[in-house]
Amino acid sequence: MKKLQISDHIILLLGVFFMVTPVVLAFLTSTHDAITIYKEGIQFTPGGEFLENYETVLFEAGGFTKEVNGFVMLKNSMILGLGFAVGKIVISMLAAYAIVYFRFPMATLCFWVIFSTLLLPLEVRILPSYEIVQSLGMVNTYSGLIVPLIASATGTFFFRQFFMSVPDELLEAARIDGAGPWKFFKDILVPLSQTMIAAIFIIMFVYGWNQYLWPTLITTDESMFTLVRGIKQILQVWVGAQIPDFNEAMALAILAIVPPVLIVVIFQSWFVKGLVESDK
Amino acid sequence: MATITLDKVRKVYGGSVEAVKGVSIDIADGEFIVLVGPSGCGKSTLLRMMAGLEEITTGEIKIGDRVVNNVDPADRDIAMVFQNYALYPHMSVYNNLAYGLKNRGMAKDEIDRRVKEAARILEIGDYLERKPRALSGGQRQRVAMGRAIVREPAAFLFDEPLSNLDAKLRVQMRVEIKRLQHSLGTTSVYVTHDQLEAMTLADRLVVLSGGNIEQIGAPIEVYDKPASTFVASFIGSPAMNLLKVKADGNGLALATGTGLKGANVKGRDACTIGIRPEHLEVVSGPGEGEGIHLEASVNVLEPVGAESYLYSSFADGGDEILVRVSSHARHEPGEKLYLRAAPENIHYFDADTGRRID
Repeated sequence: MKKLQISDHIILLLGVFFMVTPVVLAFLTSTHDAITIYKEGIQFTPGGEFLENYETVLFEAGGFTKEVNGFVMLKNSMILGLGFAVGKIVISMLAAYAIVYFRFPMATLCFWVIFSTLLLPLEVRILPSYEIVQSLGMVNTYSGLIVPLIASATGTFFFRQFFMSVPDELLEAARIDGAGPWKFFKDILVPLSQTMIAAIFIIMFVYGWNQYLWPTLITTDESMFTLVRGIKQILQVWVGAQIPDFNEAMALAILAIVPPVLIVVIFQSWFVKGLVESDK
Repeated sequence: MATITLDKVRKVYGGSVEAVKGVSIDIADGEFIVLVGPSGCGKSTLLRMMAGLEEITTGEIKIGDRVVNNVDPADRDIAMVFQNYALYPHMSVYNNLAYGLKNRGMAKDEIDRRVKEAARILEIGDYLERKPRALSGGQRQRVAMGRAIVREPAAFLFDEPLSNLDAKLRVQMRVEIKRLQHSLGTTSVYVTHDQLEAMTLADRLVVLSGGNIEQIGAPIEVYDKPASTFVASFIGSPAMNLLKVKADGNGLALATGTGLKGANVKGRDACTIGIRPEHLEVVSGPGEGEGIHLEASVNVLEPVGAESYLYSSFADGGDEILVRVSSHARHEPGEKLYLRAAPENIHYFDADTGRRID
C-alpha cells in the first residue's frame, strides 16, 4: 500500500513537473532583458528586469500604430472571455429551458439540430460567419467578437441533462404556488443550476480567453486586439537589426495565463462544493 | 373550504390508454377522502386532475360551485403535498412556506403571521432558517404540509405523502395528519396504495382498480361489505381468503371437489366465497356449530406477536387458506384442522364478475 502511494506521488510529481516547468521558465525568462535572452537563450534564474518588462508590456504603446498596449489587450481579452462565457450560459440555459419544459412541435428535432452543430466548429463555418459579421458592419466591435461565438451546443446539452434531472414535482409545486414559466426559471431553476453555471463558466471563460482564430480575423484595428493574438504581434515587430523582444513576449504570455488561472482557482471551490451538495 | 365534485371524469393518454374511466365522486365540505388502489389504478392521475396538473379528457371537476377544468393550478385554491416533498432545495424553510404567498402578492406581515402560525402548529418553528437538506425526512414532511397549510386553501391534496418515511414515523405522521385535518376542517383528498393508511385516515374510502371505482364507503363499511373480490382482497390485512366453489348435491364444493358443509349456494351453480382470516375459528371436531366447515392441514405457523397466522391447505391440494389464531395457540405443520366460519362472516361473490351477492 505504502509503496503504491510513493509511486503515485512520483507519477504526480512528474506530471506537475512537465506541466509547470515551461511556465516557470517563461516567467524566469521574462525577468531578463532582450539582449541576454538573445545571447543565452532561455533563462533558469530570476533576472533584474521584472518590473521594467511588465511595465513595458502593460503600459507602453506598441504595435505598428503605437496605439495598443498590454493593458488594453488585457481588457479586450477580459471582455471577450466574460462576454463569451456569460453569453454562452444565458443562451444555452434559455435554449435548454425551452427544450426541456415546453412542449412545442419538433422539440426533440430542435435539440438534435442544435446538438449536431457540435460537428460544425467555427473553423468549418469561418468564411460564412465572417461574411455575415462583416456585412453587418460588426468588424472591430466587441459584439462582432463575441456574438457569433456564443451559441453553444455543449452548454445547451449540459443544461438540458441537468434540467431533466430536476424532479417534475418541483415544477408542479411551483405551479401550484403560482409561479409562471419566467418565475419558475428565475426563482427555482437558476438558483438550482448555480454549480452547473459555475462549471460551465470556468470552461467557457478559458475557452473564450484562448480564442485565436476568430479574433485574428475579426479585429484589424490594433486597439481591439486580444492578448492571445497580441503576443504574436510583438514578435512580428522586427524592424531592421532590432533584437526581437523575447522578454516582452514572455511577460505577455505570463500575463495571458494569469486571469484564466485566477478564474479556475476562484470558481473551483464553488464547483467542488456544488458537486458535493448533490440534492435537488 | 369547499366541496369537490367529480362528474364522469375520464383521462385518456395518447388517444388510446384510458387511465381513468368515467369516475364520479361527490366530496362533502370538510370530508377526508382517501383514494386507494394498487399502482396503475389511476388514483394519482385522478388527484393530479383535481390539482390541475393533468388535463381532463372528458367530464367535469368542480371545486365549490366553480368548474375548474380549465383553471390554472395556482387559481384552483388547492394545496398539494407531494410524495418526495418537492421542497425548493435552495430556499430556507421560511421561504419555502412563504413562496406561494409572495407570488400571490400578499402583504409581508400577513405572510409572516401565516408562516409563524403554520410553524407553530407543525412544531417546525426552530428550523425556519434551515435549508431542506439539513432536515430529516419527518421534518421535511412537516415543511411540505406547512406549505399547504399557509395557503389556507379550499382543499388539501395528498399524493402518497408518507411513503418515503420509515415505518415508525409513518404511523406518527398518519396520526398527525388526521388530527390536523380534523382541527382545520379542510376538505382533503389523500392518495395511497397502503390499505392500512387508507382505513385509518378516511372518512370515506374510494377503492379504485383499473381506472374504475370499485367501491365508495366508510372504511368499516368497505371492510364489512366489500363490493367485489377485488375490494375484498385489497382491504384488510392479511387479505381475505377467496375460494372458488360450485354447487354439488348437498351444498357447495371447492373446485377440487372437497365438499363444504353448511353453506348454501344462493341459487347459483358457482360462486366465490370470501372469509377473512380473523373470521375462521378452529373448532375441535367436524360439523360443530353453524356456518361453513372446512378441513385443512397446517403448512406454516407465522407468529407476528399479538396474533399468529396459520397457512393451511386442503387435503386435496388447491387453494391455500389463511387462519388467524391467538398468539398462544400451538399448531404443528401437518396437523389436521377443523375450521368454522359463522354465516354472517361469509361473503359471496359472483363467479364471473366478482361482484358481491347479497
